[in-house]
Amino acid sequence: MLEVRFHGRGGQGAVTASKMLALASFLSGEYVISFPFFGTERRGAPVTAFTRIDTSPILLKTQVYNPDVVVVLDGKVMETVDVTAGMKPDSSIILNSPESPDDLGLRFKVATVDATRIAIDLGLGNRTNPIINTAMLGAFSKSTGVVNMDQIRQAISEMSPSRADVNVSAAEKAYNSVRTGW
Amino acid sequence: MREIGSKASIMTGNEAVAEGVRLARVGFISAYPITPQTTIVEKLAEMVANREISARYVEVESEHSAMAAVFASEIAGVRSYTATSSQGLLYMHEMLHWVAGQRLPVVMSVVNRAIGPPWNIWSDQSDSMNQKDTGWIQVYSESNQEAMDTLIMGYRIAEDSGVMLPFMSMEDAFILSHTSEQVLIPDQDLVDEFLPELHLDFRVDSDHPMGYGSYSTPDGPFMELKKDMMDSMWKSADTIRKVTQEFSEIFGRDYGGLIEEYMTEGAEYILVASGTVASTAKYVAGKMRENGMKVGIVRIRYFRPFPAEDIVRAVKGASHVGVIDRSVSFGSGGAMFNEVRAALYGRSDVPVTGFIAGIGGRDVREEDIEGMVNMMAAGKEGNVFINVRGGK
Repeated sequence: MLEVRFHGRGGQGAVTASKMLALASFLSGEYVISFPFFGTERRGAPVTAFTRIDTSPILLKTQVYNPDVVVVLDGKVMETVDVTAGMKPDSSIILNSPESPDDLGLRFKVATVDATRIAIDLGLGNRTNPIINTAMLGAFSKSTGVVNMDQIRQAISEMSPSRADVNVSAAEKAYNSVRTGW
Repeated sequence: MREIGSKASIMTGNEAVAEGVRLARVGFISAYPITPQTTIVEKLAEMVANREISARYVEVESEHSAMAAVFASEIAGVRSYTATSSQGLLYMHEMLHWVAGQRLPVVMSVVNRAIGPPWNIWSDQSDSMNQKDTGWIQVYSESNQEAMDTLIMGYRIAEDSGVMLPFMSMEDAFILSHTSEQVLIPDQDLVDEFLPELHLDFRVDSDHPMGYGSYSTPDGPFMELKKDMMDSMWKSADTIRKVTQEFSEIFGRDYGGLIEEYMTEGAEYILVASGTVASTAKYVAGKMRENGMKVGIVRIRYFRPFPAEDIVRAVKGASHVGVIDRSVSFGSGGAMFNEVRAALYGRSDVPVTGFIAGIGGRDVREEDIEGMVNMMAAGKEGNVFINVRGGK
């Protein structure tokens, strides 16, 4: 079973990303479960969402405490939230950052992708509030190899409220530009 | 996916239940759209507006009125539905008795949430446990698929001429209601085959006027009517088994019956639980078995009628039984614990421990379940609060 935790801010689409990942994995024939951190959600406040992926039905219904992969949509969240909490020595973390993985000084497997730049270049959202969740899924696909891009494309196409093709492009750009430090 | 005659997708528990209501061809929906209402009725309102479902949708000013409205539509012979949660369910309490006493096969979804104070919208079964004596059939699901399937089966069971009792179908707040999982949506023609149109033997009909819900003195039929409700509730157990079996033959998903047994064969320690806590307990049991601890799980699906015989049979051979309640009866203990222990009285000497866990949405973690098994192994008895700060 693979356990993934998403960190972002309300309005950035962390919950949607966790659902899109679940759908993509489901389309690959896996069993999935996707849920937000159970609470009240406010725009701008830190948001956490989870996805579990397994080859057999998922019985475990607790929160995720020891994620295999952490996806951080907003580097600023790291100033107030310990995004590495519960990570295992071999867990990996995928960050939306223009920096290279080695420059971040994190003791885990680190991958970085400049999802904000990709979103702004493609005109997804706007400069102050770019839509970066679909780019992060492309980076996830490439760096973890857990789900392939065909299913990511399909999941984004099915779930994007608008401009599905541009969101797919964002995922593809991230797939091709993610820097993996392991 | 893995079964035929279905369309597969991923959806939340609330979306899955709304699909179940659509497939059951419900003709009347009433709800009070304010917290703690669920997104089930939001989805249904959307379906009605988009004409995906040919039901009448009536918004009312309270949950009490929502239950009164479905009382009225059901007694007119229209298949009816409502959903609520927490405080909203408590406010319906009086009307729950009226619907059951009038023998109306209403089906309602309850998203299990805590009751304040303090305000808390998280998972807790106190709301539905407070309704266990209202004459409604009560069932708890552990997955979104089961929540949808149970809703469809609910109408068949409730509308059976030997039952004619309302049906309350529970899903844990957030852990099912807001969690997405894969769900197979059965084809409409298969559901139509399984669930025929509703035909009530007695219904309000202006061409054939009759009196309903009138008056009874102590010498009148009041007591006999209550005994008849009790008899029907007991008999409904067989209907539930029959309908569950028939459902599995058509749709390929077998929920067993009133309880589900998981790894109970040769189990030394058996935990009895319901809802998603039972699902997590099954996961933990599998892991503990790998380490040589003989753990089994009995998942209570139906709490009303209470499956006493099934439980007694399922825990036979265990050296210790634990019961997990996600609610508490102050000054007594967990309701499931008390009823399991009563069922075992005179039938078995097995010690029974009550575990109160997950109150107000506190997560019931793997280590909590492991801790319960370890306490059972150490011979701990009584009522134990799990993962509570400053207590034992």
